[in-house]
Amino acid sequence: MKRLGYLVEIARGALITARHFLVNMFFHTVALFGLRPRRSGAVTIQYPEKRKELAGRHRSRHRLTRRENGLPRCVACLLCVTVCPSECITVEAAEDPDPEVQKRPVRFSIDLGRCCFCGFCVEACPEDAIRMDTGVLELAETRREALAYGLEDLLR
Amino acid sequence: MSVRLWPGNILSSRRAMSNVLIILVKVVLALAWLLTLTLLMTWVERKESAVIQDRIGANRASILGLRVFGLFQPIADAVKMMFKEDFEPSFTRRFLHALAPFLSFFCVAVTIAAIPFGPAVRLGSRVVSLQVADLEAGLPFVLAMLSLGIYGIVLSGWASNNRFALLGSMRGAAQLISYEVALGLSLVGLVIVYPSLRMSRIVEFQSGLLFGFLPRWGILLQPLGFIVFFVAALAETKRIPFDLPEGESEIIGFYTEYSGLKWGLFMLTDFLEVIIVACLAVTLFFGGWQVPWLGPTGFRFPWGGELPLRGWIVSALGVLAFNVKVGFFCGFQVLIRWTYPRFRYDQLMDLGWKVLVPFGFLNLLGTGLLVSLRK
Repeated sequence: MKRLGYLVEIARGALITARHFLVNMFFHTVALFGLRPRRSGAVTIQYPEKRKELAGRHRSRHRLTRRENGLPRCVACLLCVTVCPSECITVEAAEDPDPEVQKRPVRFSIDLGRCCFCGFCVEACPEDAIRMDTGVLELAETRREALAYGLEDLLR
Repeated sequence: MSVRLWPGNILSSRRAMSNVLIILVKVVLALAWLLTLTLLMTWVERKESAVIQDRIGANRASILGLRVFGLFQPIADAVKMMFKEDFEPSFTRRFLHALAPFLSFFCVAVTIAAIPFGPAVRLGSRVVSLQVADLEAGLPFVLAMLSLGIYGIVLSGWASNNRFALLGSMRGAAQLISYEVALGLSLVGLVIVYPSLRMSRIVEFQSGLLFGFLPRWGILLQPLGFIVFFVAALAETKRIPFDLPEGESEIIGFYTEYSGLKWGLFMLTDFLEVIIVACLAVTLFFGGWQVPWLGPTGFRFPWGGELPLRGWIVSALGVLAFNVKVGFFCGFQVLIRWTYPRFRYDQLMDLGWKVLVPFGFLNLLGTGLLVSLRK
């Protein structure tokens, strides 16, 4: 009797896969004829052509923000350098002619090869000078050095 | 006195000459059909599994930017396999190692000779059957050849000199021998019901009507026999859920030491077996190329309608029906392969010896009783 129950479950298993097949095939066929089906036949996103919409708070490649006069917001306080768990940020400070600002970065480098995209630098920054909202995900390079982004790269 | 090289007078006249030619053409066509379908099956396997799992499946292979649902993927696979290094470990037995894939491929591929593809076609003055060899013992021939396929597995395991390969081939041998018993038993009932072992006669027999309106297909005469046959035949294909000889995740299987085209040949054999099992199921249980209520002159419906058709249309419909049925069973086997997990070894043996064989005997007993009571 218990064996019979297994048989029923085996048949139900086949029905589940068959249902997935038929329902998905229906939507694929409808889409093939140019109609807009209620949903797609597959959950796949065809990546290089189509992209998934990023969440608003998604952490992507960093950028440095600018003031209204175009200079970097960064005051070289080194808080991001301190908080960074991967130790991938290096900042070299210099004196700024503006007495209100006092300090500015002459070199600002993030080694993305080391970065773990935790976003601590963004949280630590008191000036809102660094953000991770560029939406750039494709950071593949053939050389490690190419992943070290400098001040100019990050301000772009 | 002249010495006769050929028995009888096969080559004595032009007519006999053309007979040989026709057979050669049939051999080529049947093999082309089989291999094309095999390549197509690799595509179907990828795509059907993808659709079952809400994916899309391989669709990037393109020729001149043309993708057509990834239909070129099998070609890309084949090219890749051909250009791969045919690596042979130093510890293998060279000759047997090379022989095994060809042996298992040959034993399965040759069974297509006995499968009737459609009704006989009239070509000028002669009638050509759409079957390579209409053997008197067609059914035993197919079973025998499928059994010989074991040699390929055993040889590959033994010649590889590798423990995992040997384990796989031992499992394969035990599994195939066990299920051959059930496979044979399930067909004995069929042999009682059908008047002949000749494949063409078996198909012709199924053109009749049951109770005056149902097509007299094997599935209606031998429902239990079909279930036993199909499960046993699935085990013969060595695919999931019966893929213990391969068992990728536990032992790597009997083709551990194979690479390149030889490995490809083993994989091709898997798909060939799927097609052959589909062909057998269709021929023995689902009326072969028969379309319900279609006779040699056209449709004759049991509710009184008639639709006369030309001879070549009837033949074409027959071939089409055979292909559609085979396609359905190939798809069904892929569905099964992507639904169930692998059996444990003792479960496999239990299913074979404690379930399928008793049911096979039950089927045989019932069939025998019914047939003898009717006489």
